Amino acid sequence: MTPTVRVQRMTPTVRVQPHPFDTGAEIAALTRGRTDVGGIGCFVGTVRDTAAGRPITAMTLEHYPGMTERALTRIADDAASRWPLQACTLIHRIGRLVPGDPIVLVLAASPHRQAALDATAFLIDWLKTDAPFWKQEHFADGTAAYVAHTEADSQAAARWTA
Amino acid sequence: MLEILYFAWVKDRMGLANESVPVPPGATTVADLAAWLRARDPQGAQAFIDPASIRAAVNQDFARPGTPIHDGDEVAFFPPVTGG
Repeated sequence: MTPTVRVQRMTPTVRVQPHPFDTGAEIAALTRGRTDVGGIGCFVGTVRDTAAGRPITAMTLEHYPGMTERALTRIADDAASRWPLQACTLIHRIGRLVPGDPIVLVLAASPHRQAALDATAFLIDWLKTDAPFWKQEHFADGTAAYVAHTEADSQAAARWTA
Repeated sequence: MLEILYFAWVKDRMGLANESVPVPPGATTVADLAAWLRARDPQGAQAFIDPASIRAAVNQDFARPGTPIHDGDEVAFFPPVTGG
């Protein structure tokens, strides 16, 4: 059972950007000036070099400016209502990315590790389901295709409401 | 007027990213607007050929087919999201 810990309401850091992020710098920024954090959950999503076994050369990320930031902030607020989150960072890249590139960063800081880890999983699961991003994969033969939403992603998010 | 935005393959099939249109006569919901766009031209017919495969937002909140629309709203149509 998670111990009851009271934490101040946090303001999530939410960014959508074409340029890379520095995971170390973001973790440092999350805890700068505070010593009450017990653990930080971290998820970094990267561009995989295959799609259903087919090699891809690049990926283009599109989003809905305005709604994206609203959706990410809402997901962070949902996480903060479930776990004693002290700080949270959600960064998602847009534009053209190549295999190996980092694409999304999720950080969640809490006094205790289980809350930090669970909140991190919750955040990435819901980000994949509830934030308006779309991926297009580019193949070696010059063709491109939008990625289809997977039922597995919906089920991953749904487990939090079971 | 309605400000309508399209994303991903809905945008490609519509051939445009956004447009302003007067609220179609009798259209009171997202589903009504989608049906009107589908009937309007070949691009709309292609984009909305399978309405079940399209998601929508009204004023930047996810919407359902029955969500009401009003003059001045921002309505977006797009495929199921695939971020992360």
